[in-house]
Amino acid sequence: MFFNIAPSALILLIIALCCGAQATENAPHNSAYGDAFVIGVIGEPSVLIPMLATDSASHDIASLIYSGLIKYDTDLRIIGDLAESWDISPDGLTIIFHLRKDVVWEDGTPFTADDVLYGFKTITDPSTPTAYAEEYKQVQSAEVLDAHTFRVTYRQPYAPALTSWGNMTVLPRHLLEGSSIQKSPLVRKAVGTGPFRLKEWVPGEKLTLVASPSYFDGRPYLDAYICRFIPDPATQFLELQAGTIDCMSLTPLQYSRQTNSSYFLQHFQKFTYPTFSYTYLAFNFLHPWFQDKRVRQAIAHAINRREIVDGVLLGLGEVATSPYVPHTWPYNPNVPEYVYDPQRAIQLLDEAGWHLRDNDGVRIRDGKRFEFTILTNMGNTLRLNTATIIQWRLAQVGIKVNIRVIEWSTLINEFIDKKRFEALLLGWSIGVDPDQYDIWHSSKTGTKELNFISYANTDVDRLLEAGRRTFDMAERKRIYGEFQKIIAEDVPYIFLYVPYALPIVHRRFQNIQPAPIGITYNIHRWYVPREMQRYRLIP
Amino acid sequence: MLFYCFKRLLGMVPVFFGVTLLSFFIIQLAPGKPTDRLTDLNPRITPEARARLEQYYGLDKPIIIQYVAWLSRVVRFDFGTSFSSDARPVLEKIWDRSVPVLDRRLMVTFLINVISFVLIMIVAVPVGVLAAYRPHSWIDRITSVVVFVGFAAPKFWIALLLMMLFSVTLGWFPISGIKSLHYASLSETAQYLDRLRHLALPVFVSACGGIAGISRYLRASMLETLSSDFIVTARAKGLPESTVVFRHALRNALLPIITLLGLSVPGFVAGSVIFETIFGIPGMGQLSYQAIMMRDYPVIMGLLCITALLTMIGNLIADVCYAYSDPRIRMR
Amino acid sequence: MNETIHMILRNRLAVAGGGIVLLLCSVALCAPILAPYDCNAIDVTAILLPPSVHHPCGTDELGRDVFSRMLFGARISLAVGFVAVGIATVLGVLVGALAGYYGRWIDSVLMRWVDTMLCVPDIFLILTVIAFIGEGIVNVMAVIGATSWMGVARLVRAEFLSLKEREFVLAARAAGAGDARIIFLHILPNALGPVFVSAILGVASAVLLESALSFLGLGVQPPDPSWGNILMEGKDNIEIAWWLSVFPGLAILVTVLGYNMLGEGLEDILQPRFKNRRY
Repeated sequence: MFFNIAPSALILLIIALCCGAQATENAPHNSAYGDAFVIGVIGEPSVLIPMLATDSASHDIASLIYSGLIKYDTDLRIIGDLAESWDISPDGLTIIFHLRKDVVWEDGTPFTADDVLYGFKTITDPSTPTAYAEEYKQVQSAEVLDAHTFRVTYRQPYAPALTSWGNMTVLPRHLLEGSSIQKSPLVRKAVGTGPFRLKEWVPGEKLTLVASPSYFDGRPYLDAYICRFIPDPATQFLELQAGTIDCMSLTPLQYSRQTNSSYFLQHFQKFTYPTFSYTYLAFNFLHPWFQDKRVRQAIAHAINRREIVDGVLLGLGEVATSPYVPHTWPYNPNVPEYVYDPQRAIQLLDEAGWHLRDNDGVRIRDGKRFEFTILTNMGNTLRLNTATIIQWRLAQVGIKVNIRVIEWSTLINEFIDKKRFEALLLGWSIGVDPDQYDIWHSSKTGTKELNFISYANTDVDRLLEAGRRTFDMAERKRIYGEFQKIIAEDVPYIFLYVPYALPIVHRRFQNIQPAPIGITYNIHRWYVPREMQRYRLIP
Repeated sequence: MLFYCFKRLLGMVPVFFGVTLLSFFIIQLAPGKPTDRLTDLNPRITPEARARLEQYYGLDKPIIIQYVAWLSRVVRFDFGTSFSSDARPVLEKIWDRSVPVLDRRLMVTFLINVISFVLIMIVAVPVGVLAAYRPHSWIDRITSVVVFVGFAAPKFWIALLLMMLFSVTLGWFPISGIKSLHYASLSETAQYLDRLRHLALPVFVSACGGIAGISRYLRASMLETLSSDFIVTARAKGLPESTVVFRHALRNALLPIITLLGLSVPGFVAGSVIFETIFGIPGMGQLSYQAIMMRDYPVIMGLLCITALLTMIGNLIADVCYAYSDPRIRMR
Repeated sequence: MNETIHMILRNRLAVAGGGIVLLLCSVALCAPILAPYDCNAIDVTAILLPPSVHHPCGTDELGRDVFSRMLFGARISLAVGFVAVGIATVLGVLVGALAGYYGRWIDSVLMRWVDTMLCVPDIFLILTVIAFIGEGIVNVMAVIGATSWMGVARLVRAEFLSLKEREFVLAARAAGAGDARIIFLHILPNALGPVFVSAILGVASAVLLESALSFLGLGVQPPDPSWGNILMEGKDNIEIAWWLSVFPGLAILVTVLGYNMLGEGLEDILQPRFKNRRY
C-alpha cells in the first residue's frame, strides 16, 4: 500500500470493470522495435528504492526497473516473475522459490538467491526507514538453499505471504552490501532486473528509462520510457495536444469534455477503469475533538458523497464506503452507511456538546469555535474541489473548515510524519491482497508508518491479526467483512470515493490490453509499427 | 567623473547594510515561537521545522549576535543549504555549475529580461518619438489608448490569453520550457533556434508592459524637451529636422528614461514569478515560487539578498551612465 | 471649492475615471443585494456552464455562479486596495514628512531606507514576506501596504522640502507652534494633492498585486472569491471555460483603468505643480 498522489495512477491493481474487449495479442515483427513512450506525470519520485518510498510516483518508476519474485496476471492470479515456480508446504508455513536462472543485473552480474536474501535482510533491518517491514517480520527464517533456490519459513500461517514476495523488490547485493541503504547511490541511480534501466534523471524535468537488452522476458520493443514532470494537468494536456507527450492521466473534465473531437478520436485512445485506490478524509485521533465518535459520524452525515462523485469526478467514479474497492471479493456492502443527512449531523453535534453557536453561525464550546483545517497536497484540483465541497457542507451545519494546500514532500515530511494535522484529504493505493494491517493496526503509529492518524481499536487489531493467519478465502472474507463493519461504525476515515483511472495514450502504441490490473502491466510488449514511430534518436 | 563614481559607491554602503537589516528583519518574522504549545496540532510551522530554523539562523541567541552572524554570512555569500530534499547549497541552485551556462537559473532569467529590454528599446523609442513629434495625431491617440489599456491589464492575464492563442490554437510557439525534449539531438544552430522559439512568448509578454511604460514616458519627456529653448535655437540655426530631433532632443529626453530603467533593474534578476510559472521557465522566479511553497527559507533569503545586491550594482551602473550623459549631475 | 469642482468636471479623463470608480465602489458595496446567488453555493449539476440568462458570466468548476463571485470579489479586491493603500500612504507620509522637514541626517537615513526597500523587486519582496508570515487576505493587505510606501515618501519629502521655507511656515513658527503642529496642521494639508493622486494610482497597483498573488494561490484563500482566484481556475480550464479567464481579467482591467484615469486626470489638474510620479 502506498500513497496515491494522483486520483488515477496507471500502474495499479484493480478488478475488471474496464471497457475494451480482450484483444488477441498481435505478434509484432522485428521492425517494431524502437520509438519512445513519453508520459507526463505530476509527481516526481523521491527515491527509487521502493522500500524507502511511500509515494506512488516512486513505486511506479521502480516497478519498471526492478522485479519481484512474483507478479499478478491479467485475471489477478499470481504468476512468477523472478521466481519460475514455488512450492508451499502443506502447513502453509514454508515456501520454496525456484528462481529463474537466466536473469542478470544491468551490469551483467547474474541474479542469485543471495540478492533476495539481501533484500529481505535490509527490509527487516530496524535501521532501514521503511513503512513496509511488517510483512517480512512475520518470517521466522529465510535461507539460500543454492544459487537459485530460496526458502522462507513463517512462524505462523501468513496469508499475504506470497503476495509480499511480489512487493519486495529484489536489490543487487553486490552493489549495496556493506553500506547503509539510504545513503547508497542506488537511491537515485537505480540498478535492477526489470524491463527498463535508468538512463538519466534530471530533477524537476524528466527521468529517462531505456530498454534493457538483458531483460529475461525479452527486450522491450520500445527503446525508451521517458517520464516528464509537469506539475499540473492543464499544462500536461497542452503538451499532449502538441504531441510532446504521448500519455497522461486525464482529469474527469478533460476526459468528458475535451477529448471527444475528431482530432482526439483519430490520434489517441482513451481507457477507463476503477482504480485500486480510494480517497478519504482522515481525522487525527490525537486531536481531542475528533476522539468523540459522534463528531466524526456527524461530519460523515453532513457530507453528500454522491454530490462529490458527480461534481468532482463528473460521475467517473464510485462512492467509497470501506477501505476496499467495490465489487472486489473482500468488499462488504452491508456496513453502516452514512447517507447525506444534515439533520442527523446537527443532532449528533448537539449531543456531543456543540450546541451553542456564535454570531457567524459557527458552533462553540468552552469558548472555542469548531474550526479546523483540512490539509491536502498541492497540484491536485480534484482533492481541492472535494475539500471545498466538504467545507461548504460543513458550514451548513455550523463547522468552519479551512483548507490548506501543501507541497507533497513537505506535507509528508513535516506534517504527516510528525502527526501535525487535524484532518487530511488524501488517497491510498491498495493491494490485491485484503490485508490492511499497516494502515489500521494500533502498533503502526511510529514515525513514517502508515497509521498516522493514531487509530487504535482492539477488535480491529484482533481481526487484522486473524485475517493474516488463515488461507481459507471464505474465512478471510468473513473476518474482513467484520473489520469493515467496525471501521464503518468508528469512522476513523470518511471514505469518499474510488476514482476511475482515465489514461489517454497515443494511438501509435499497439498491444495495449486493458485488464483488471491496468494497462501498463505489459508495457514491455507494447510496440509501435515502424512507419508510425516518432522518435528515432533517443534523447 | 571618477570622483562621482566613488561617491556613489560610498553611498551604496549604507544601502547594503540596509539590505542586510531588511532581510534580517524578515527572518525574525518566522512563525512559531519556542514557547508554542506542543499540543497545538496545526501551527503554521511544525515545532520540528521551527527548531531547524532556529538552529540554522541562531534565532534563540541575542539579536546582536544573530545580526552579526547573518552579516558575516551575507558577505561571504554563504546562504547555506536548501531545506528541500535535494539539500544542495543555495548558491548552486541559482548558479548550477553542473549544467550548461545557458541553463543556469540566473542566466535564464537574465537572458529573458535582457532580450525583452532590447525589444522594449527597439519598439518604445520610435513609438514615443513619433507620438511626441506629432502630438494628438491619430498615431498618438491610438498608441496612447493602447498603452493605457495595456498598462491596466494584468500581465498574467495577457500571458494566458496569448499562450492560448499562439501556442495552442495556432501552434506557432512551444507551450512551456526553454528547450525541447529532443534538444540534445539537434544541431547547434537548431539548438539556438529552439531556444529562441521557446523564449519568444515570455519575452514578448514581459516586453509589452515595458513598451507601454517607456513609450509613454518618452513621449512626455520628448514633448517637454521639444518645447524648450535650446530646440528653438537649434531650429533657428537652420539645422536639419532630423538632427534637431535625434541628436538634440532625443538625447536629452532619454535622460529620465535612464532613471526609469535603473528602477526596473530589480526585475532583471528577480525574474517574474508569474511568467515563469505560466510558461514553465526554470529561472529565478520559478525557483523562488517553489522555495516559497516549500518554505525553503535558506533559498528564499539567498534569493532576496542576491537580487538586492545585483540590483544595487545595476542601479550604480545606471547612475554612472546617467552622470556620464548629463554633466549637470556630475557638477552638483 | 466650486472652481476646483468645475476644473475637475472639465477634465474628461477625470470624469470618466471617476465614473468608473464610483460605479465599482457602489457595486462592491451592494454586492449582497446585487448578487443573484450565494457566492459559495455549490451546484454540481451546473458545472462549467457558459454564460447564459441564468448565469450571465457562466459557472465555475463547482457550479458556483461566476457573476456573484465576481461581485464579492470586487469587494475583496477593493478592500485590499483601500487598506493596503491606506497603510502605504500613512507610512509614506510619515517617512516623507520627517525626512523633508528635518532634513540633514534624518533625511539621509530615511532616504537610504527608501533606497534599500526599492532595491528588492516588489513582487519578490511580497512573496518572501508571505512565505514567512503565511498567506491570507489580512497578511496580503499588510504586506502590500508595507512595500508600497516608498513612492509616497519621496513625493511627500519633495513637497516638504519646497514648502518648509515658505512664509506661512515661518509665520507659524514665529507664533510659537511646535514641530508636530507645523508638520501636520500647516504643511501637510498643502502637500496632500499629490499624495491623493498617488493614493488613487496606488489602489490600481494594489488591485493588480492582489490579483497576482491570488492567482498564485498566495492571496485570498478559497472559498472566498477574488478576481485573481477565479483567474487561477481559468488557467486550469483555459480550453473549455473561456469565461473564467475573460471576465475577471476584464474586471481587473476596468478597475485599474478607472483608477488610473481618475488619477491621471487629477494629476493633469494639479499640474504644473506636480511632476513626480508614483513608482
